[in-house]
Amino acid sequence: MNVVQSVDSVALLPAYLAAGTAVLVLITDLLVARPRATIAVAALGALGTAVGSALVGMSAERRTFCVGADCSWIFGGRAAVVGVVVALLTLGVLGLSVPALLAGRSPTGEYAFLLACSMTGGVVLGAAGDLITLIVALETLTLPLYVLVGLRRGSLASAEAAVTFFVVSVVATTLTLLGAALLYAVTGGLHLDRLGALLAAQPELRDLPLTTAAVAVLLVGLAFKVAAVPFHAWAPATYDGAPLPVAAYLSTASKLGGLVALLAVVQRALPADQTGPVLALLAVLTMTVGNLVALRQRRTVRLLAWSSVAQAGYILAPLGALALAAGRTDEALSAAYAAALAYAVFFVVLELAAFAGVTALRPAGADGGTLDDLRGAARRHPWRAAAFGLALVGLAGLPPGLAGLFAKVTVVRALLDGGAAWLALVVALNAVIGLAYYLRVTAALWAPSTTPGPAAALAGGGASGVPVVGVVAVVLAVATVAAVVLGVAPQLVLDLAGR
Amino acid sequence: MTLGQGLLVAVLAVPALGAVAVAATPRDRVARLVGTVAAALTLLAAVPLVFGGRGWVAWSGNEPAVRPWHQLDLQWVPGLELRFHLGVDGISWPLVVLTALLTLLCCAYTMWRVPDGGSGRALVALLLVVEVGILGTFLALDLVLFFLFFEVVLLPMYAIIAGWGGAERRRAARKFALYTLFGSVLLLVGVYVVVAAAGTADLVTLTGGAGMSRGTQLAAFTLLALAFAVKSPLWPLHSWLPDAHTQAPTVGSVVLAGVLLKMGTYGLIRVAVGVAPEGARWAAPVLGVLAVAAILIGSLVCLAQSEVKRLIAYSSVGHMGFVLLGVATLTATGIQAALIGNVAHGVITGLLFFLAGAVKDRTGTGTLAELSGLRETSPRLAGLLAFAAIASLGLPGLAGFWGEAFAVIAAVQVGGPLWTTLGVLAAVGGALTAAYFLRLLRQVTHNRPSPAVGRVGPGLAGAELTAWVPLVLLALAIGLAPTLVLGVAEAPVDALIGVVKP
Repeated sequence: MNVVQSVDSVALLPAYLAAGTAVLVLITDLLVARPRATIAVAALGALGTAVGSALVGMSAERRTFCVGADCSWIFGGRAAVVGVVVALLTLGVLGLSVPALLAGRSPTGEYAFLLACSMTGGVVLGAAGDLITLIVALETLTLPLYVLVGLRRGSLASAEAAVTFFVVSVVATTLTLLGAALLYAVTGGLHLDRLGALLAAQPELRDLPLTTAAVAVLLVGLAFKVAAVPFHAWAPATYDGAPLPVAAYLSTASKLGGLVALLAVVQRALPADQTGPVLALLAVLTMTVGNLVALRQRRTVRLLAWSSVAQAGYILAPLGALALAAGRTDEALSAAYAAALAYAVFFVVLELAAFAGVTALRPAGADGGTLDDLRGAARRHPWRAAAFGLALVGLAGLPPGLAGLFAKVTVVRALLDGGAAWLALVVALNAVIGLAYYLRVTAALWAPSTTPGPAAALAGGGASGVPVVGVVAVVLAVATVAAVVLGVAPQLVLDLAGR
Repeated sequence: MTLGQGLLVAVLAVPALGAVAVAATPRDRVARLVGTVAAALTLLAAVPLVFGGRGWVAWSGNEPAVRPWHQLDLQWVPGLELRFHLGVDGISWPLVVLTALLTLLCCAYTMWRVPDGGSGRALVALLLVVEVGILGTFLALDLVLFFLFFEVVLLPMYAIIAGWGGAERRRAARKFALYTLFGSVLLLVGVYVVVAAAGTADLVTLTGGAGMSRGTQLAAFTLLALAFAVKSPLWPLHSWLPDAHTQAPTVGSVVLAGVLLKMGTYGLIRVAVGVAPEGARWAAPVLGVLAVAAILIGSLVCLAQSEVKRLIAYSSVGHMGFVLLGVATLTATGIQAALIGNVAHGVITGLLFFLAGAVKDRTGTGTLAELSGLRETSPRLAGLLAFAAIASLGLPGLAGFWGEAFAVIAAVQVGGPLWTTLGVLAAVGGALTAAYFLRLLRQVTHNRPSPAVGRVGPGLAGAELTAWVPLVLLALAIGLAPTLVLGVAEAPVDALIGVVKP
């Protein structure tokens, strides 16, 4: 075996860009020490990472760090999509953070650095070709978030959220690592494609109890990261305690990361007949429990958190088609994977718009507040409320939020192509439950406010409150435009997800 | 692009752009005027669709069963089998015109009176968006596009009820939204059951079953029929309707009863029966029994109603029962009866809700016990109410007669103990319809004026007459010359029956 490897640096360019951003942010913060400069560097870096990922992704698939046919770094179409989306989400979340950062509620340099580190994890994750790279990338994505969640100065809820998140996440990582180790013990391989080939070629390996245990433990570990029920309990507390932009990052980029890891493992390494039933069960539980509990929430961010738990269920649902033999034909499999990724992309755009909407309708640096704080918001900020409403309606999956509608349609279609009509019905009925609470929030925006006077003015950032910085409105506008464009031309996402 | 295609696009684009223009116009009154003009232009674009493109007479075996007069077929989302495929034929055209007409009348009515709750500008914009959704549903020749437009209607209608409705509006609006979404998600699953099995979503190709297996057709028909039964609504899935109608503002009730319900019956004929004929044959007896149950239960409930809008709402359940009975017979007569019943119900119930709204606005109450002697204080309003009620109960010579009579005839013609019984029971239901409308008239128009009615002046506003007279004339015209609807619908219905019957 050749010990000296040739490294394809072009394939690694997105990772270089992302990691370089983090380093550059740190240096800028040290040398220039001006929040605006730090934020600008981070934003440019995120933008550069997105462009770099797109450029590298446009050419043919590139592989590097190979041992024989197995590679640890595979930068193909999906890696490019994940890279671009994560980098853009980071950019959006950075934009949402600007008011809080400029107001000095969090240390700018550390905040931007940690965000860039997390972005690096997300970019690497999409290209990971073996379990170790995958888990390390996932940890790089998550680790900075423990700190970010707790970074709101003087907030006990924030610290509590950080501890909850940390403990749960470490347990999840341990489980994932245990799963990886067991799989290595069974097969002697760690590369995803190699694992898949080995398990397919040797049915007797698949039937080992140890393999089943390994698959289960690995899936459970990753299910924690996407906050699938019953491994979801950390999410609402963490989202609600975290600063709003970080909650937005958790429910978009971090969730996407978990899904990409899950997708990589399920698609390439693990036997579909073992993962299918587990995923179907997880999907049904996740969407149903998420939706039912969301019905009872009174705090805005908690409601969005539970709704994002439910949305994780819709993301997982297409993979549930693997439970049936009809869903395991090559065609149905690729349709299911593409549908899960497509739903995730539609979802993160709408979710970012929703969080941007909450941030724009609240005073700078405030938490999400209760639904009553949002009452009558449309009379004070008609455009922001309209954008927020559009995002909510999109999450519910109804016109005029066409992006969300097409997302649901994609999932239902993939399920029916895979012969899992029962799961399609569960998804469809859950959409009805979902509408009940999305409608409540949306209707509250246009309802007459119950508490006129200083409280309402403060909640809306009116004359007596802190003025909302324009950057948040820009992020909201861009996310809304993206949602509208994807609603008119969903084929863009479907093509990208199918690559 | 031919003229016909241009008109098809205009029918959807004009109200859509109109809604945007209304929302962008700052002055409320000007905005309402802009909206009314947009609605009028839509009607102007919808009527000429009838000309041209009808160069065929009878159905023959080797042509598709749906032959639109004009159509437009563009690629949209190939990954989801979604094409922007619009078309109009004799089954959809009367409903398209009805929708355009009722929306115009509602917009014109809003020029004169805006219900409490919000700005008239927003109400007109929402009415136009609802119109886009309904027209799109009637024009879509692609299953997925059909579903899309079906969904478009939901939230604007929710907003109309929740924003401008009565005291219980929020609960009624939420019930409406959740109930109808329940129907439309079943539609979504049904649509993709069909698409997954047939590999296409094109209604022209799919009509007749497109070689789908019996099992698929039964599953597809069950899902689709359930979806449309919620929208129509068919007993026992109707319970959203009385609340929604009672709480909605007058224009909301008119659109809801006049055309929104028709999306369900139209879908049943065009999509459920057309795409899954084997499923339709299998489920026809069940559908027929439910339809007759709806007629009887709707009428009996009406006899016990004490609120005028609620009574009219429940009468819709009965009338839609007749329409569904017609569809369930799966005969040319039955489907024709369903189509004309659809249009007649839209015209007459639209008028009834306008009149009920006028009575409620004037007296401040809708409770029957507090209303009496309307003909003493406002003879013209009472006269119009009597006309509409008599048209609705199916007096020969007025629009309501044809749909009910032919649905009964179609059921009897099918023969056999079941269908004969259903026909007889439906006829009994028709008699009950007469009973409750006459009770309504006796209560509201006769006797001495109650205190609430005593305050009412005799005059009718010009805007009211403008909104009502076209409907009165149309009820007369369709009643005297049913061929207005049946003439254009005959050929496509024969073609449909040709592929539905084995």
